[in-house]
Amino acid sequence: MDDFFILLVSTLDATIRVAAPLVLAALAGLYAERSGVIDIGLEGKMLAAAFAAAATSFVMNSAWAGLLAGISISVILALIHGFACITHKGNQVVSGVAINILVAGLTVTLGIAWFAQGGQTPSLTNDARFSPLLWPGAEAVKDIPFIGGLYTEIISGHNLLVYIAYLAVPLTWWVVYRTRFGLRLRAVGENPAAVDTAGISVTALRYQAMICCGFLCGIAGTYLSTAQNAGFVKNMTAGQGFIALAAMIFGKWKPVPAMMACLLFGFLDAVANRIQGVSMPLVGEIPVQLIQALPYILTVILLAGFIGKAVAPKASGIPYVKER
Amino acid sequence: MIAIELRGINKSFGPVHANKDVALNIDKGTIHGIIGENGAGKSTLMSILYGFYEADSGDVLINGEVTRIRSSHEAIAAGIGMVHQHFMLVDPFSVVENVMLGAEGGALLDKGIDKTREELERLKREYGLEVPVDSLAGDLPVGLQQRVEILKALYRGAQILILDEPTGVLTPQETDQLFRILKALKDQGVTVILITHKLQEIMAVTDGVSVMRGGEMVAHRKTSETSKEELAELMVGRKVLLKVDKEAAQPQEAALKVEGLSVIGADGVARLDNVSLSVRRGEIVGVAGVSGNGQSELLAALSGIVAPSKGKIALNGTTITREKPLDASEFRDLGVAHVPEDRHRMGLVTAFTADESAILGYHRDEAYNGAILMKRNAIVEDCAQKMADFDVRPPNPKLKSANFSGGNQQKIVLAREMAQKPNVLLVGQPTRGVDIGAIEYIHKNLVAMRDAGAAVLLVSVELEEIMSLSDRILVMFEGRIVGEVDAKDANERMLGLMMANANPETDPNGKAQAAGDMQEGAEL
Amino acid sequence: MTGSNGGIPRWVDVGLIPLINILMAFFVSGLIILLIGEDPIEAVGILLYGAFGTDYGIGYTLYYTTNFIFTGLAVAVAFHAGLFNIGGEGQAYIGGLGVGLVLLSLDSSLPLILLVPISILASALFGAAWAYIPAYLQAYRGSHIVITTIMFNFIASALMVYLLVNVLIQPGQMSPQSREFADTSWLPFMHEVFAWFGMSITRSPLNLSIFWALICCALVWAFIWRTRWGYEIRTVGFNETAAVYAGINPKKIVILAMCVSGGLAGFVGLNEILGVHHRLLLNFQLGYGFAGIAVALMGRNHPIGIILASLLFGTLYQGGAELSFDMPKVTREMVEVVQGLVILFSGALALMIKPTVERIYVVVAAIAAGRRSTVEG
Repeated sequence: MDDFFILLVSTLDATIRVAAPLVLAALAGLYAERSGVIDIGLEGKMLAAAFAAAATSFVMNSAWAGLLAGISISVILALIHGFACITHKGNQVVSGVAINILVAGLTVTLGIAWFAQGGQTPSLTNDARFSPLLWPGAEAVKDIPFIGGLYTEIISGHNLLVYIAYLAVPLTWWVVYRTRFGLRLRAVGENPAAVDTAGISVTALRYQAMICCGFLCGIAGTYLSTAQNAGFVKNMTAGQGFIALAAMIFGKWKPVPAMMACLLFGFLDAVANRIQGVSMPLVGEIPVQLIQALPYILTVILLAGFIGKAVAPKASGIPYVKER
Repeated sequence: MIAIELRGINKSFGPVHANKDVALNIDKGTIHGIIGENGAGKSTLMSILYGFYEADSGDVLINGEVTRIRSSHEAIAAGIGMVHQHFMLVDPFSVVENVMLGAEGGALLDKGIDKTREELERLKREYGLEVPVDSLAGDLPVGLQQRVEILKALYRGAQILILDEPTGVLTPQETDQLFRILKALKDQGVTVILITHKLQEIMAVTDGVSVMRGGEMVAHRKTSETSKEELAELMVGRKVLLKVDKEAAQPQEAALKVEGLSVIGADGVARLDNVSLSVRRGEIVGVAGVSGNGQSELLAALSGIVAPSKGKIALNGTTITREKPLDASEFRDLGVAHVPEDRHRMGLVTAFTADESAILGYHRDEAYNGAILMKRNAIVEDCAQKMADFDVRPPNPKLKSANFSGGNQQKIVLAREMAQKPNVLLVGQPTRGVDIGAIEYIHKNLVAMRDAGAAVLLVSVELEEIMSLSDRILVMFEGRIVGEVDAKDANERMLGLMMANANPETDPNGKAQAAGDMQEGAEL
Repeated sequence: MTGSNGGIPRWVDVGLIPLINILMAFFVSGLIILLIGEDPIEAVGILLYGAFGTDYGIGYTLYYTTNFIFTGLAVAVAFHAGLFNIGGEGQAYIGGLGVGLVLLSLDSSLPLILLVPISILASALFGAAWAYIPAYLQAYRGSHIVITTIMFNFIASALMVYLLVNVLIQPGQMSPQSREFADTSWLPFMHEVFAWFGMSITRSPLNLSIFWALICCALVWAFIWRTRWGYEIRTVGFNETAAVYAGINPKKIVILAMCVSGGLAGFVGLNEILGVHHRLLLNFQLGYGFAGIAVALMGRNHPIGIILASLLFGTLYQGGAELSFDMPKVTREMVEVVQGLVILFSGALALMIKPTVERIYVVVAAIAAGRRSTVEG
């Protein structure tokens, strides 16, 4: 029983850490899609931010400089996406694909040119990383059964960016449902013509949403290279941008359900790492690839309408053209 | 005092000169009508006033001052409000949210919501504009949605209200209510601009009227000093030939029989409700009604685009039911040809060349196909023949369909459908957006089809078209057929009342009548 | 429709604007090469020599071209039906699985002349099957095909890892790949074909698949523009409402177009598994599915354009690989950068320069006309 509890706590702890960048990226996607811009370039923006953050942290020896760089590059990419899709009414999927491929190549090219380590950035020292924050009393209560473990492992002991990720959820909820910007954001994704005729610039609104999207993706990428790991590794996002996209759809374009989906997917990942090679009662050994593919499979099943119905914002994916 | 003045407004879209030297004066606190055919330039002019486009040249004066309007934002600031033909509402938003959008009164919503509620209460008191403020806009009937649009404009302090074809989707009762509201607004000093192509509305509600034709303002009149006939003439530029020359019909056996046909939408609402009718060879049966009362669904069900939910369609010895539906190509095989209501969305593929559009729906015919490859030459020659028969200009089968004028596109569609020598010809809005010369040509051909023994079912929102072409007239309302009259006995007033489901003999209270009672009327 | 078409000749639209778009992508690529401290002009020289300077280079260039033709055609066919098949990656992977399974079970029992058509069929069927599920879900369950095909790429990847690690792995081997097929079952390399005629060229992975790729171009052209099925696909792509009116079932067309598309992508497996590696292995498809999007965009969804675009990308792949020997800072990943920029400029920003170019054309045409009339006058 005790072993099981320790396993459970460590799995939940891992879930929270693995889900943190997913939460950030899913919220990023939420801003974009709520404004009517499909963004399959979450992956690319995260990857670019991860590289920029690691490179800058290394050079400046400061995690904060890294965060700033990560956010900046990600916002720039989001604005490029906006320039193509909003200003020039380009195909949003094509633009997202372009950004993903461009970034995958560019990070390695620049990494080799600047650091000559096969596309990686040099390992970061602790100063250049976001380190775990120990909450007051965590040491003291550590040995209290259950509560101690929960408090010390699950609530305390994460790095700053993890807390930012989970605080971003209620913040996003508040922005979307309680502010003027949120009202307009929800409106422009459903009926941009209504927003336009109400005297609000559809273009400006969508660009603002793209900036929010880039900002959050930037934090997510920074987390990967300067908090979860100690440096940038080629293609280190490894599909997490797409999992976040799936989680956002799974959460039906709403902040709290999207976070829940991220936690579910994070949990699956944590479990997959723990049951590799372990034979389960009744079912035997579960292939780890099956669990890894589960987020994608679940999303397909959800989109097919077999569990609930996922309805995207009505205008998402359609460039806004004024009608005569 | 003059509320709005336009001087020498010009606007071109590429080679199209949509507004030529347009001048206009409208007195404050009046209702002013702007009338013209489709494409006369009314919508462009109003888009300029509302900041959707900037004029190439010319001045807009609001209350005597030259005002530049480059965006909707500036139009609103200048006190102009607009009720668009297609409502600009966010369906999943409540009425309150829709009204406050763009005028939220602060970065946070809670204060704005309270203020909007108060303001809506005041507007309700002053103008009788009542709406359920917490309902979702998408759940409201169109009449109420339109009212939300008016509220949006007034909430933003509009002193000039533009309404673009506001009655196209309304029942006569809703239209009357709208006009009452407009008069109340006028009494409060609001200037109302009413854009329409319906003469009776101009006569009923306006103080002054301006007529547009071919992008130009051709006349200004006081409503009290003009007549429908004069306006109609100004609008078209010559005497309208409303009478179609035709012999009396020689109807034979029924080619199309429909019994108890219903089409139920995904939302559970019956779009077509227990419709029974028959069309005989050698007659034209007209279907009148305010647009959106099930005519489109009737055409869709009778051509195989939509499967029946209930009832049956009998065609040429075949019975089509919900259990045994047929698709559009199988309907064609049974001799049904269909000229659809909307040629751009349905009748042809604008990106195709004319010859490709000219085989749409018949593209599987042996005449056009080998075992695997299509017969290119046969398709081109066939199109050239159709173009010659129907005087399509330019007669070039390789020109993109989009590059033909509306009338010529419609001729391509008609040529394609008529070339099949159908037993049943379904025709929807055959002359919408078509120039006057082509209208006569199209009408003549429809009569010729009838005389050649086809059963023709004509759907149109133009009452005059229905009355001049049909041998029998059916009237639709809310998915049901609420009346049938012989064309000889029909007049506009009587049809208009039936279209509003206010049959003068049986039901003086119009809409108050329960739907169930009216079904007896449908089975006359 | 604001009449921007007035008087602008077709060659501006079909030739000049796409050309400028690609040049912009190359220009930005050049800037990046400058940024990392190399000379872009010199790089182009090395790249072109690497791609075309030797028969070895040409062989590799054409070998890459073959894959790009398959995935480019795949993306194009789906585009004609108005669909975005972003799952070429997964379909190519599973297509290769099909070829692998055929060869693993039949390689020593059937002659090559039978194995080739069976492999073609298997790669097409497997690729089509992998596209069929997203297509079905889009047509009958309303799923967004872009999202589902992305998900299917990842699912394919997990499936292949599982199969190669646990099922198809050669016993006693550590690396996740199957046994090698019997050498009688290999699709002949081009250097072998040349040798039959007494000509000698350097070994390269180029094999007979390239002819199948060119045949596919002709077949796709005829299918899309000369058959009633292609007519129906284009109708659905342009205007679904008109398609329903015409008695075309858009659901069936979605499935037809996606299956053809998936089948074409599956042929990457033919080139890679039957033509080059002769065993089933991981990640042989990597990047080709996504590159197909760039190829189709550049080739404007027309087979001729796709051949040219594939050749360009083949050149970049091979030339880029050679380049990394001479300029260690310019790696294979630089090709991805170019690819991303091409997709950005020719795809997402395709309309950016259109108004400017058309305005310039009008001005230039007016000046030319004016000069002509003064000369004549």
